[in-house]
Order: sequence, then C-alpha cells, then structure tokens
Amino acid sequence: MYIIVAGGGKVGYYLAQHLLEEGHEVLLIERNPDRVTEINEVLGAVAVAGDGAEAGTQAAAGASRADVVVAVTGEDEDNLVICQVAREKFHVARTIARVNNPKNEHLFRMLGVDVTVSQTNYILNLIEQAIPERSFVHLVSFHEDLTIVDAKVSESSAVAHRAISEIELPVNTAITAIARGANLIVPNPGTELLPGDDIIAVAHQNQEDELRRLLV
Amino acid sequence: MGCGRVGARVAGLLDHSGNEISVIDTDSRSFRRLPAGFGGETVIGTGIDEDVLRKAGIEDAEAFIAVTNGDNRNIMAAQVARLIFEVPQVICRIYDPVREDTYRRLGLTTVCPTTTISAIILDHVMRTTSDTNVGRGGTT
Repeated sequence: MYIIVAGGGKVGYYLAQHLLEEGHEVLLIERNPDRVTEINEVLGAVAVAGDGAEAGTQAAAGASRADVVVAVTGEDEDNLVICQVAREKFHVARTIARVNNPKNEHLFRMLGVDVTVSQTNYILNLIEQAIPERSFVHLVSFHEDLTIVDAKVSESSAVAHRAISEIELPVNTAITAIARGANLIVPNPGTELLPGDDIIAVAHQNQEDELRRLLV
Repeated sequence: MGCGRVGARVAGLLDHSGNEISVIDTDSRSFRRLPAGFGGETVIGTGIDEDVLRKAGIEDAEAFIAVTNGDNRNIMAAQVARLIFEVPQVICRIYDPVREDTYRRLGLTTVCPTTTISAIILDHVMRTTSDTNVGRGGTT
C-alpha cells in the first residue's frame, strides 16, 4: 500500500518506521525542515518538508494515488483539515486522524474522517483496566460505536447464580466469554453465572450503562 | 473567534450597531484591541473547543465569525458551529486560496483575504497602466 503520514513527531516517526518494516511505501510530511533531515538520516529518504494541510504539498506527495492518509500532528485542527483535503481533493479512500482532545472524536467522524485514534482515551482505558477491583471496565471501542466491556458479577448482582438463557440482555448485546479464575469459558445458554465471574460482553456504546446495571 | 485586528474591528462595529457580541481569544491581552466602550463579552479559550463555544453563548448565536490567524483552526471551528450548534450564519476566513476553494465547495461561507486583496491591488495596477496608456495615446 502507499501510505502518506502527516506529522513527524514521535508518533509519526515510529509509525512510518513500522509501516516501512512491513513493506509499505511510505511518505512522511513534516513542517520543520530540521526534523525532516533528522528523520531522513535514520529512515532513508522518506520525509519531505511541507504543510500537510496544503493541497500543493499533498499533490506533490502523490496523494491521488495514496491508499491511506494518516494525520498525526499534535494539533487537532491540522489533523482534521489534512484528512478532509485528502478526501475531498484527492479522493483518498481511507483517512485516519490522531485526536488529541477526546471530545473531538465524534466531531471528526461526523466530518468524514474514517478512523480516529485518541491517545488520551487509550491511555485512560489502560489505566482503568490496571486498577484492581473495578466492577465494570470498558476494554475497547471498534466499528465506530461498538464496545467490549468486562463486567464483574457481584454477590448481590441480579444475574448471579442464573443461567444465561434466563437473563434478559439489552437488545443486540452478547456475552462472548466468561473468565472464571484462570479458566476461560465460552458460554452457552445453560451456562450459570457465578459471583466473581468476569463477563466479557459486546454492546453498542449507548448500552453500556444498561449493561452495567444488569450485570454488576 | 479571534480578536486580532480584523476580529476586534468587526466585533466593535457590530457591537456599536446594537448587536450582542461575544469575542473568543486564547490570549487575554488581545482583548485590548477592542474599541473603548465595547459592551460585549470576552471569553478566553480556543474556539475549537465546544465547551468554550458554549461559554460564549453559541447555542443562541445567530452568526459565528472565525478570524484567527490559523486557517485550520477557523475551518474546524466553523464546521463545529455549523454542524454541531447549527448556527444559521457562519463565516470563515481562510488565507490559503486552494483550501478556501475546497471548503467553499463543501458549503462554508468563506472569505479569502489573499485573493480579495490581490484582486484589489491588480485592479489598481491595471487602472494606473491604462491611465498612463491613455496619456501616452494623447501625446502621439
């Protein structure tokens, strides 16, 4: 694939390096010429100096034949415009933006960015998962509004000591696995939920609260 | 949004003609550019943050004007104003003519100082040359 990466900070640099190792054709656009020289000394001639949001820079970078444009600068407004210019002017099929302010994730998707990556949210999630004795943890988001959660069944939970077939789950949610101590159980309708079980469930993001009330 | 020379002047004129104005800028010192007796609100913060826009009263705004020095910031804020807060009139300054063209096509109301001022200057230049030509024509 031909991938254009805009933004030559730590994220852009390591991303470009990784994509090159995987055998992709990569071009990195970075505003600061000194940084471009630094990157090219290590990675070979992969970086060019320029403003990734400028149509001229994207045209020179061959955006019209790019499969993916990834915008990973430290400024959300730049990442948004880089993706929008790639999409509207060069018809790039897939645009990916780093989102520095988690509040902007939804906005970016509304404005046509295909994928958003929020570092802040990822780090928050990882920290949340690392805190012991949490009863309900959001593990991962995918496909825009789907989520995988880990809910710990408490002694007082309405679902404790009941079979999965007896539980009325919110619509379009699924219990996909149960972690009981060191064992992983792939559930069937007859599987009984026990206090202390970790339930791994897939749901829509807006059903997380309902699921939490039911299971915990 | 953006209390530079243009932002402060537009805010002052609209305030003077009896409108309710909020001015947003990241730097409180830029509010000094507002004319004496300015009666509107000032809000410190970046206009690409929905919470800052709410604080400036965007939910009731009839118009939103993005005139910071950053094209991309203006573009992003204008899209937030239009799509999230559904402000009826949104005006966005974009210096880069190519970007201006792209976002005008996407439906933003844009002002591009680069093309506007170039056109005015060219107009003056052409007029001067044609005046001179007329003069020369007269003497021959």
